Amino acid sequence: MQITTFISTHRKLLIGGFLLVILILLATLPFYGPDIGVRENIIFKIATILMYAVLAVSWAMFSGVIGYMSLAPAAFFGLGIYITAMLWGEVPLVVVYLAVMICCFALAMLIGLVTLRLKGIYFAIFTFGLVFLISYLFLYYELNVLHQPGHTNNNPISTQTLYFIMLGLAVAALFTAYFLRRSRLGLAMRSIGGNEAAAAHMGIDTTMVKVLTFAITTLFMGVAGATYGAAMSFIDPATAFSLDYSFKPILMAIFGGMGALYGPVIGAIVFPILEFQLSSDFPLYFPIIFGVILVLTVLYLPGGVAVPIQRLGTKLWTRLTAKGGEAEQYANN
Amino acid sequence: MLEAEAIPGIIVNGLLRGAIFALVALGLNLQYGVGKVFNIAYGEFLMVGALVTFMLYTSAAGIDPLVSMIITGSITFLIGFGLYRTMFTSLRNRLPPAAFEGSSLLAAFGLIYIFQNIALLISGDIPSKKIIYLNYSREFLGVRIPINQLVAFGIAIAIGVAFYIFVNRSRLGKAIRAAAQDPATAGLMGINIKLVLALCFGFGALLAGVAGSLVSTYASVSEVMGLGYTVTAIIVMVLGGLGSVPGSFVGGFILGIVSTILVRLELSSLLVPIYYGIFLILLIARPTGILGKR
Amino acid sequence: MRIIEGQGVTKYFGGLAAVSKVDFYVDQGEIVGLIGPNGAGKTTLFNLISAALPFKSGEIRFKGQLLNGLKPHKICKMGLARTFQETRIFADMPVFQNVLVGASFGTPSRISSADAAREAAQELEFVGLSAMSAIPAKDLTLVDQKRVEVARALATKPELLLLDELMAGLNPTEIGETMELVTKLRDRGITIFMVEHVMRAIMGICERIMVLHHGEKIAEGTPQEIASDKTVVEIYLGE
Repeated sequence: MQITTFISTHRKLLIGGFLLVILILLATLPFYGPDIGVRENIIFKIATILMYAVLAVSWAMFSGVIGYMSLAPAAFFGLGIYITAMLWGEVPLVVVYLAVMICCFALAMLIGLVTLRLKGIYFAIFTFGLVFLISYLFLYYELNVLHQPGHTNNNPISTQTLYFIMLGLAVAALFTAYFLRRSRLGLAMRSIGGNEAAAAHMGIDTTMVKVLTFAITTLFMGVAGATYGAAMSFIDPATAFSLDYSFKPILMAIFGGMGALYGPVIGAIVFPILEFQLSSDFPLYFPIIFGVILVLTVLYLPGGVAVPIQRLGTKLWTRLTAKGGEAEQYANN
Repeated sequence: MLEAEAIPGIIVNGLLRGAIFALVALGLNLQYGVGKVFNIAYGEFLMVGALVTFMLYTSAAGIDPLVSMIITGSITFLIGFGLYRTMFTSLRNRLPPAAFEGSSLLAAFGLIYIFQNIALLISGDIPSKKIIYLNYSREFLGVRIPINQLVAFGIAIAIGVAFYIFVNRSRLGKAIRAAAQDPATAGLMGINIKLVLALCFGFGALLAGVAGSLVSTYASVSEVMGLGYTVTAIIVMVLGGLGSVPGSFVGGFILGIVSTILVRLELSSLLVPIYYGIFLILLIARPTGILGKR
Repeated sequence: MRIIEGQGVTKYFGGLAAVSKVDFYVDQGEIVGLIGPNGAGKTTLFNLISAALPFKSGEIRFKGQLLNGLKPHKICKMGLARTFQETRIFADMPVFQNVLVGASFGTPSRISSADAAREAAQELEFVGLSAMSAIPAKDLTLVDQKRVEVARALATKPELLLLDELMAGLNPTEIGETMELVTKLRDRGITIFMVEHVMRAIMGICERIMVLHHGEKIAEGTPQEIASDKTVVEIYLGE
């Protein structure tokens, strides 16, 4: 059949085109739709989905490939929020972003250089406690230096601005993940994930690769936090730092599947929607459900839902192309 | 500032607290050192112990916390044993060690949310959960000691000593040590590895549950109290050395004293940062890591 | 010229000396064998040379440069490559990419991706695995997986290649093929230092053999000398 051959030869072009259409739809979303109140609500929800997509994709970029379990997203996301709380209003947003990126990168390099040259457990221990460590430091700072609980944001960015920045960030994160796979650094990362000792013996400076990759992923987390913080009206360590911001992105990435680029994105769509639906009536149930899903996924579907999706896709494709072949044979006889 | 007269009081209170820290470190040691599961949900078992003790105490039966210790210990043991026998063993059979470490960590992460929110469902609407038990102090050599903390201290020490003797003298203890060092060989020598590992994980959970009961006698109980104790257990385990019972106690006492000093100086928010600072320094000073096998 | 030499190399694990004051050398162009009963310290010695394990006592020099304290990736770039006893391929990656890793990172100076790809293809051709380029490495037979390891190590352009029990687990035909491969490697100008248990391979291709026992070097010489050495025969018969 001509259609299937057309699809297979122009596969990349078609996928790119499809994604471009989605991007255009998303980009123009704030400008059409029902009345403003409802629209604002929906835009905010999608912005939240995009934010989680950034966190899940950047988490998967490191932990999914290299295999070291990082529990750090909450720490760097919170750092982004809190630094914004301190600087936003005094300096332009771009400067805030710059400050956030520098801090995140420096902190990630420090942690990485100390813990990543050792076995994975130290890294896991440290990143687990990091969110508490930083939030307590800022709490101390507020109590004893500022003598003021929290920061008020007198000029929060609009939901639309939040939405567009998050959209841009998500696209950037996906692009980075995509090109990383194909790059030299990506090859080094995958070989470390495959067998770290062998990778080291092939000339790869495994410590530097791990540290650099980790640091790059924290940039996305920090900037996502900074943007979110700029939209919040009140920020204190309790609101900025929460283990939830590690748990949910990890859940999303694992559930969606880290082997595919779209895996974390699937998770980032499914779970916030679940939460939106359940949080008003069953605020305590959905965390339990999320926890159960994480445990079940780890146990029974370690590659995430991307695995059965991919298998289904291959099956459908083979059916389509096989049928087409048969039809051609009949047609030509 | 700290006056010199306050130092004995600080030391005593530090030791009292530290004994509980040691107990939780011991439990985590069992779960990670033997079971190889880095259970970040460890503190949740403590929370379960504390919550059950509170509810039993305030119920019509009014059960003494030291008695409900037995109940909570059994409950947490069963939960821990059951979880290991099903979930973690299944993961362990399927995955190489590095992948097992990562996956079991993630599963434990999920457990945190499950435990905490079930607890909130059950008792979240009770605002203040504080047991009044042995709520008086006595002076010993110029230091005021709260009796409930003293009792908790005594029990924790007793458990620690009993555990030390058990691990070093009994047959099951020897099997546990063998399983910790080399599970494969231990299995070949006829030790029922699956059972031993699950038992250890269960024991670790039991220690957490018992610690929770003890804590509830002098501190208020909350559904989110677990994470703090998990962090403490991790730091003490790292400080004291993996697999060392005396090490856990030394580490626990040190941390207990440090935390008491910080509370006195009204710097309690610096507790966790200082713990992690210690952790970082240890890692830099001993580049081969501190969690090496003994 | 001695391409690698070690003096007084010692490694303790706890109280036990896995390798004890071992002196060794390999001349350029040689094929030298390292044998000994299980637990004699052979793989440990390799791990010390390639810096998979650190050591404090003794010295190892490669092309005159001290290896003590260097990390594995630096040593690889100096021209020393190895294979592993447990066949450490990158299981989920296709065969071609496995070799590409070696080609891309194993050279002292940066290499373009086109050159690296060409190099990888060449080494795959050399070991006879070009047809399997796209197959995930984990789906290969054991003997082919070992060839992937060899190709990958070759792609780092080594002057000295450490082969750790390359013949383990192979049937007689496969052993013969692998022996030919090793000889071809030497003919390319690569010096070979190999740990082996398969006597046929050791006696067949090595020019010189070292024997380790309980971490100490107890004999050294040509295959004939070693075969007739009483101590060596005893420790192997006593096994």
